[in-house]
Amino acid sequence: MSVLALRLDGMSEPHLSRPADAAPADPTPGAVERPDVRSPSAPPDPAAALSIRGLWKRFGQKTAVAGIDLDVPRGSFYGFVGPNGAGKTTTLSMATGLLRPDAGTVMVNGTDFWSAPDSGKAQMGVLPDGVRLFDRLTGAQLLTYSGLLRGMDRDVVAERADDLLRAMDLTEDKDTFVVDYSAGMTKKIALGCALIHAPRVLVLDEPFEAVDPVSAANIRDMLADYVRSGATVIVSSHVMDLVQRMCSHVAVIADGQIRAAGTVDDVRAGGSLEDRFVELVGGRHQTEGLAWLRTSSDSD
Amino acid sequence: MVAHFVRLRLTILANTFRRSVWQMIGYLFAMLYALFVIGMAVVGAVAGGGVDPQLTGQIILLAGALAMVAWWVVPIFAFGTDATLDPQRFVSFGIPRRQLLTGLTAAGFTSIPAAATVLVSVGIAFAWWRTPALIPLALVGGLLAVALCVVGSRALTTVLAPLLDSRRSREVLAVAALVPIVMIGPVISWSTTRLADGATSGDQVRSLVTDIATVVGWTPFGAPWGIAPAVDAGDWGLAGARLMICLISLVLVVFAWDRGLARALVTPPTAGAGGRGKGLGWFDHFPSTPTGAVAARALTYWIRDPRYSASLAVVPLLPVILAVAGGSGGLNEIILILAPLTAWILGFAISADIAYDSSAFALHVATGVSGRADRAGRALAIGAPGALVVSVFAVATCAVTDRWDLAPMVLGVSYGALGVTLGVSSVTSARLIYPVPKPGDSPLKQPQGAAMATLVAQMAGMLASFAISLPVLVLAVLTLVIGPVFGWIALVVGSAGGVAVCVLGVRFGGRWFDRRTPEIMQQVMAQA
Repeated sequence: MSVLALRLDGMSEPHLSRPADAAPADPTPGAVERPDVRSPSAPPDPAAALSIRGLWKRFGQKTAVAGIDLDVPRGSFYGFVGPNGAGKTTTLSMATGLLRPDAGTVMVNGTDFWSAPDSGKAQMGVLPDGVRLFDRLTGAQLLTYSGLLRGMDRDVVAERADDLLRAMDLTEDKDTFVVDYSAGMTKKIALGCALIHAPRVLVLDEPFEAVDPVSAANIRDMLADYVRSGATVIVSSHVMDLVQRMCSHVAVIADGQIRAAGTVDDVRAGGSLEDRFVELVGGRHQTEGLAWLRTSSDSD
Repeated sequence: MVAHFVRLRLTILANTFRRSVWQMIGYLFAMLYALFVIGMAVVGAVAGGGVDPQLTGQIILLAGALAMVAWWVVPIFAFGTDATLDPQRFVSFGIPRRQLLTGLTAAGFTSIPAAATVLVSVGIAFAWWRTPALIPLALVGGLLAVALCVVGSRALTTVLAPLLDSRRSREVLAVAALVPIVMIGPVISWSTTRLADGATSGDQVRSLVTDIATVVGWTPFGAPWGIAPAVDAGDWGLAGARLMICLISLVLVVFAWDRGLARALVTPPTAGAGGRGKGLGWFDHFPSTPTGAVAARALTYWIRDPRYSASLAVVPLLPVILAVAGGSGGLNEIILILAPLTAWILGFAISADIAYDSSAFALHVATGVSGRADRAGRALAIGAPGALVVSVFAVATCAVTDRWDLAPMVLGVSYGALGVTLGVSSVTSARLIYPVPKPGDSPLKQPQGAAMATLVAQMAGMLASFAISLPVLVLAVLTLVIGPVFGWIALVVGSAGGVAVCVLGVRFGGRWFDRRTPEIMQQVMAQA
């Protein structure tokens, strides 16, 4: 797979060199590969669904995203993982038009996103994390609103809204105001809003947070179907198991930089994705501490 | 435990200062204003005490009773304004109820309103400087009053909490609360004009005040303020009775709070049954274009979101306010200003529309809706019903004043005002994002520190609207000075100009919106 993106130390091999002598228990942050000494970036890949080059974003003193290169092949189910505050949401916001990058290029299906955001947005469905919804609308109204805002035909919107409500197990609550929805239901209706125009590229930030296991399984099946039909789905998550089972590709981000990217099998290199993630990102303690937490009965 | 609560309270207060400079400046201004009001009250009380201690005592009693009612009632309406005293937040700490009660009481005293109330009640005790022996008595009464204010307000909110659980009932209450608040000013001006009209003599006023004070003095709201006056009048029995009323009510509110707290600690808040909509509502009645969708959504919010419906609730009150302000001599021509004023208020109601969306605006960004559709939809949602309301108001006011000759002018100025303010709002709401009450917050909750930024933004919008409206206003003046022919010109210029400014505002604001969409999004996120 030539579109497979791996830009660490300018290597061409689609696997990662493990830090040879770093004991698993003591991965000093920064000892893992950093893309500092990368050869000059290749131009963005027009064949990719999403191709990012040299993306930077700084908020005051803090650099949230520090030069990210990433290629998301068409038809892939792409997992985007990283610790809290690693820059996942910032990166995805810049790829979807919610945040203007300080520098860098975002290309969606071969067209430069930031020079013509509207055509990029038309091809994308977005589930942003940590934003409100227009929650004084009912579930059905919110879906309709999302469809009509995109200029879709009323009948198509109505038909798809019904389908989506059924797929999200929300048919019974379609006339309930979103403000009265539970956290999981809110996530599901937001996902519906991202799907209603059948986008070629779907970007979901933490889509399964607070969603019950049954609905999550239904949604996973639906997304897998969607990918099989040729769409590209990008999912950010903290749940490594989920990404390992669900995704074809994965990128690991930490401190605003890509630590590893490629097919899930390449990145995990035989181990579990979770172990590989911890190894790449660092930060595990060899805890002796909190001795008082062991038994509460003899703590005095 | 008490120290913990007080420190928690002070830390939270200090942290709000640290969050933003504007907030701190806003607080400083609020404090200066409070100090000014306190100073005026104390000066007034001391001066009055020198002239007529009895009457002053009665006025203090009435004003004090009003303040205590406000202490008790306002927190019920202004839900979510101060969660630091919410007992629910302390449930998981397992603090013994007795300690929690004293701690929360102490924290209740550590607030700016409480400090202000203490200052006032200490200050006005010196109204009795002619009989210094009464000052300590008045001080005791004042402190009892403060205790009743603080504990009573806590007790009432805690006891009523189950009623306020459901979102819908809270929201209805918050909108309903606006009615008395808006009416306070007109009622005061009405009563003063009535008094000034000479319909009642000074003696009658005096006896009226005495009568009311006598009644209010028997309630827990008036009793603490009435102890010193009763002693001054030599009525020791009445003074004793009022003291007893204070002490008994204090015991009762502490008991009620204790009971309420006991229940709150074992009853987590439930969401309550939410309302249900039917079908797609306005979305069925607007064209299925992005503009139509935005308009349908905005119109739904005018009814569904208390932050919007609160500003709508003011509109039916405007005629009453103006009729009252017009004086008691029947309706006069002042009421003709109703239609233009309503147009102005409605047009400005969307001047911070994106800020009101809060981060839900992300949907507009992600869908890539064009700036023009966004602007036009929002303007349409309030402009179309607004034009209707304004027309009805204009015709009705001309009818009641029998000034049909001015009808074209009134209509022209009104349409002009509506169009111009809608156009200006369409530009400002894309440009100036300032703090507004967040979705789900009470419409009464003004974000702290917003004052200055909000004021600047609104002043800019108002000045711009005024400047653009000048031609129509000049025509209106000419109508009044020279003759009704200018009224017809005002109608044509106002209507055409209003539409033109509105369309231009939508286009210009839309272009701004398109260019700055991600930046607007970030501004909105910064407030969220």
